Amino acid sequence: MAQILIDGCVLAASYALIALGITLIFSIMRLLNFAHGELFMIGAFMVYYVYGAWHLPFAVGLVVAALVPALIGAGFEKFLFRRVMRIATREENTMLLAVGTAILLDNVALFLFGEEQHGVPETISGVLQIAGGFLPYQRLVVVVMSLVLIAVLLGFVQFSRPGRAMRALAQDRDAALLMGVDVDRTSMLGFAIGAGLAGLAGGLLVTIQGVNAGIGVDISIKAFIMIMIGGAGVVSGALLGALVLGFAESIGYSLLPGSETYLLIFVALVLFLIVRPQGIMGHPWG
Amino acid sequence: MPRLSAPAGFALFAAVMLVAVPLALAGQGYWLTVLTTAALLAFGSLGVWLTFSIGRINIAQGAFALIGGYVVAILGTRYHVSFWLSLPLAVLASALVATLIGWPILRLRGVYFAMITLSLTEVASLAFLNGGSFTAGASGITSIPRPALLSSSLAIYLASAVLLLVGIVIAWRFAVSPAGAVFRSLRQGEELAASLGIDIARYRLLAFVVSSGMGGAAGAMFAAFQQNVFPTSYTVNDSVNFMLYCFLGGLQTVAGPVVGTFLLVIAFQLLSAIQRFQALLYGIFMIAAMLFLPNGLMSLPQVLAARRGRADEAAPR
Repeated sequence: MAQILIDGCVLAASYALIALGITLIFSIMRLLNFAHGELFMIGAFMVYYVYGAWHLPFAVGLVVAALVPALIGAGFEKFLFRRVMRIATREENTMLLAVGTAILLDNVALFLFGEEQHGVPETISGVLQIAGGFLPYQRLVVVVMSLVLIAVLLGFVQFSRPGRAMRALAQDRDAALLMGVDVDRTSMLGFAIGAGLAGLAGGLLVTIQGVNAGIGVDISIKAFIMIMIGGAGVVSGALLGALVLGFAESIGYSLLPGSETYLLIFVALVLFLIVRPQGIMGHPWG
Repeated sequence: MPRLSAPAGFALFAAVMLVAVPLALAGQGYWLTVLTTAALLAFGSLGVWLTFSIGRINIAQGAFALIGGYVVAILGTRYHVSFWLSLPLAVLASALVATLIGWPILRLRGVYFAMITLSLTEVASLAFLNGGSFTAGASGITSIPRPALLSSSLAIYLASAVLLLVGIVIAWRFAVSPAGAVFRSLRQGEELAASLGIDIARYRLLAFVVSSGMGGAAGAMFAAFQQNVFPTSYTVNDSVNFMLYCFLGGLQTVAGPVVGTFLLVIAFQLLSAIQRFQALLYGIFMIAAMLFLPNGLMSLPQVLAARRGRADEAAPR
């Protein structure tokens, strides 16, 4: 029982980074980032190379894991989404562009990184015992780092000037424009931060789960599940979604073998959406 | 450039598919298989096109192809049911599942609907993977008996071509019928349609069920012709590809998805050297299409005409 709770906390904390990233992008740009899982995967590979293969400090790996996806995200916004959002005749266009970027990153990663599963050595060894459950220090690091990053992000969005611009943009794009918010730059920054969070989540989780070039779609689907549970574009919803999914996964995997857990999660999700199509915290069709 | 009327274009396409292609490629099994694949994928894409017409992004077509495939596989291998009976049953099963699932999830719109349908493709795969001895798990179902009457690749091709032509007629009938007009009104504003007394829930379910039934039929045909089906026969990527075919061709006309599918499938067979990069190029095509041809290849003449018109205006007189 204690073990289920511990595992649930570890998953929920790192999933929250994924969910917050995709929520940030969604709320600022009204865009569902299909490539979110791929950015996570790239972040994981950065830590694998920098820390696992080149033996540089883990912290350096994490910085690279945040920067590379952030640059990719900023580039996507500047060169692709900005133009397509301007010329789009149907709202599907930007979404299909997002799907295109996901396919692109998936395949580039396959060529660059190969198909094998990679792991990295532990950054810190030892196990903490809490109430009959085991918490390896490695996982404690992941939880603590995730919580710190979540706090930093929330603080940034709440109090900093660019953060306020992002919230303004999320609330009302036109009004933000009238108030002198630089929409292009704020959108690019938002996309970069969202992508960077995905990369950081990947860089943290690679120490536990390892990485291969095919995990992108799975992570994207997890991100979608979380924002469907919590409600798209709402920060509190993203955190709730991460909590629900993290614990559903840890409970499911301890009781059921293999992939049946996700089958049940999907069934529960569809039933839940019948009752509440906009998610727990979402606004109807917001 | 003179434009073909829709019936004339259809007659021409039918003549090419049913007469010219069999005459030209009768002995070439390889190319017949390629065109069979293109025809079946185009049939599935037409279904996705129908859901696009009500303003829903449907990434679940792979799930229904999988259902259709498994119905044919299980009925054929366990109960020795003839393919010609199990094909309509496969369509029925897909349509039934679509009705049950579609009724709740069609309340979702935009990205929500896209997310849940994408998840559905994963669910279908997981469900067949965990189906125990009934679905044979990861090893899939192999040596499905070949359909009676369809022993040569030419016969298989002709059956697929006929199916595609039927699909085009179905999609076209919807496009020109009052139901098609309702579909388009749903895309533009469901509240407005509802305020005019239209039972929007029924119409959007109709579009989704027909679409899924078509996906089921395509999957059933593929399973019978390839004589196997696995939980991974259709993944999220396949569901996304159906969308890509529609978008590359263009969503404005029934011909769009057909043109998009044939072009991509055939192009990749011709350029066998780059087949390794197929998925990568699909991604690039998708991005390029959204950047430069957001209304698909079928809009190319208009785009070029507009560009020429602008050039004329700019030129000094």
